[in-house]
Amino acid sequence: MRADRTQMPVQEPEIRNCNFDEVALGFDLALAKIEASRCLDCKNPRCVPACPVSIDIPAFIKEIKNEEVDKAFFTIAKSNILPAICGRVCPQEKQCEGACILRIKGESVSIGALERFVGDEALKHSLSISEEITENNIKVAVVGSGPAGISCAVALRRKGYQVDVFEALHEFGGVLKYGIPDFRLPKDIVDKEIANAMNLGIKFHKNVIVGKSLTIDQLRDELGYASIFLGNGAGLPKSLEIPGENLTGIYFANEFLTRVNLMKANHFPDTPTPVRIGDSVAVVGGGNVAMDAARTAKRLGAKNVFILYRRDMESLPARLEEIHHAIEEGIDFRLLLNPVEFIGENYRVKQVKCEIMELGEPDESGRRSPQGTNTFKVFDIDSCVVSIGQSPNPIIKKATPTLATDRRGRVVVSNHQTSIPGVFAGGDVVSGAATVILAMGAGKEAAIEMDRYMKDNIR
Amino acid sequence: MYKIIAKEILNIDVELMTVEAPMVAKNAQPGNFLIVRVTADGERIPLTIVEHDETNVTIIYQKLGYSTTMLSRLNIGDSLHDVVGPLGQPTHIRDVNRVIGIAGGVGSAPLFPQLKEYARRGAHVDLVIGGRTKEHLILVEKYKEFCDNIYYATDDGSFGTKGFVTQVAEKLYQDKKYDLSIVIGPLIMMKNTYLLNKRYGITTDVSLNPIMIDGTGMCGNCRVTISGETRFACVDGPDFPAEGIDFDELLAKQGYYREEEKHICNLRLENKR
Repeated sequence: MRADRTQMPVQEPEIRNCNFDEVALGFDLALAKIEASRCLDCKNPRCVPACPVSIDIPAFIKEIKNEEVDKAFFTIAKSNILPAICGRVCPQEKQCEGACILRIKGESVSIGALERFVGDEALKHSLSISEEITENNIKVAVVGSGPAGISCAVALRRKGYQVDVFEALHEFGGVLKYGIPDFRLPKDIVDKEIANAMNLGIKFHKNVIVGKSLTIDQLRDELGYASIFLGNGAGLPKSLEIPGENLTGIYFANEFLTRVNLMKANHFPDTPTPVRIGDSVAVVGGGNVAMDAARTAKRLGAKNVFILYRRDMESLPARLEEIHHAIEEGIDFRLLLNPVEFIGENYRVKQVKCEIMELGEPDESGRRSPQGTNTFKVFDIDSCVVSIGQSPNPIIKKATPTLATDRRGRVVVSNHQTSIPGVFAGGDVVSGAATVILAMGAGKEAAIEMDRYMKDNIR
Repeated sequence: MYKIIAKEILNIDVELMTVEAPMVAKNAQPGNFLIVRVTADGERIPLTIVEHDETNVTIIYQKLGYSTTMLSRLNIGDSLHDVVGPLGQPTHIRDVNRVIGIAGGVGSAPLFPQLKEYARRGAHVDLVIGGRTKEHLILVEKYKEFCDNIYYATDDGSFGTKGFVTQVAEKLYQDKKYDLSIVIGPLIMMKNTYLLNKRYGITTDVSLNPIMIDGTGMCGNCRVTISGETRFACVDGPDFPAEGIDFDELLAKQGYYREEEKHICNLRLENKR
């Protein structure tokens, strides 16, 4: 057996950093079979418990090996209805692949790439899950059509509930649509996998802002929803809170990425929403969103795109693959730098002033905490994208004073139930900004609790 | 969905539309706005909810650029691609007796539900309304239903005083007292009127309409600096007390995409007419 994993073909860096097509091109059956044959089919697989939605990983890999790709899809779909999405965006190195036994002596099985292969094949051959659903005629509402909402909706629907999903934006998918760029996750894949959820009989409603268009009370008392799941995500951008942050040319990552991903500003003027960044773009932050923003800026034609991060290379919280891709595409990493001021002219940003940092003792997160050195560096910029995190959107909280939240605005839950009986929550709105798959795991678990709650409280 | 059930041409630049949007109408209050998209890839356009009943909402828009021009090409029976709302905070109605509304151009539309609400609650309401020409003074007949006095200003003198609303207001302030002035119109007009009101010790509320995308506090494009603090016009506003607003910053932000707007109008509006 080979110790090293099968590499997925990718677009060449100099070509891909000028287009929005997908970077990684995926396995074909031959490559998938080679990679699948590396799996030891462990008796007590370590990968399954490391998966937030507990996919039967050895089973679907074995099915690939046997060229039973349809079967592999149905195996995954039992636990996860979005394999083409998760195969692309999960931080597998921290989950299934991180736990893989092969990693002890070599490289783990490329589980993510195999999952993606199965998801893509299913979409290519329009495999849809047609399941026998025994209707119980109980109405439940799911707020948000992102990963948490979809996964909760699917789990509830499979238990026979009549599920309505309410989405605030004009397209379904939440962060999968507005946050993650096409070159990592093509939007037609999101639409097609969501269509699978629709095929189960889940109803999706766009342009409904819960907390505004409909309140929690109205959902429950007027519209008769027996239980409500809040999966409305972490949509509120965090600010640096430094002087000059409101100068023009300074974007929050949410705005910058939404303009491009959701509003398709990269096609302007064929689409009417513009985006303007100029030649030199600073991206503040070191997470996946920062990598997405930097690589998007490059693709829009910016000549110099650089990351400003206050720790060192090893501390970057982004997925390894994204960091590698960013480096290959010519993103410059300027490390141990912490922005302290934006300097502008006539309200247009011109420069960013950064304090040079050094790493001190480890903090409570275990990472060495950056310390200021009282020495500074100034960079000329045309624009800046601030990507230092998101917190939950306060709209529902404002409209629902009895909904308990913590001081960071996160909805407080116990066994996924909020402070309001019958109202459950999961995903980023509870955890703060995290990953697609953790949100899906939370949505699925919440569905179990909601089912239990409704069985106890109805009839 | 989102079917246009009424359309009225108010003048050469400004039109009114009533659209079926029960999810927006259900909880709408004075001061709320909505966002429309005309086509599948369309821009998100924020507009004040001027009036509403249980299922329909009325909007007024000025054909300023590409997307509002596309909107104006729709007619009764057509449908908008998207309508979402109600967004923003409802107007904070102050406990006052004498209110003067000051409207510039299409600002007359967002001012309307607010002034009407003050009148409904028993306040004495006067209005100063200004526009480029007589035709640009919109909603005057509707304002007449509840305003005690209406004063007019036009740039060309075709109706009322020739000049700015500030000139008319300043003259009024010589012998009339107001507890509150609500000023809505172009940024520069709001800024100047606020400065005038300040000289006369009159509290001013304004309504901001910066560029925004989602309208739910997600993108942060609409941020405004007020007394050194950052606020989001979409979720904290759009109405704010004028005191402390950095109008010059807003003016700079408003012009950020001017070239792109000109470009797309030149490129795409000519051959579609």
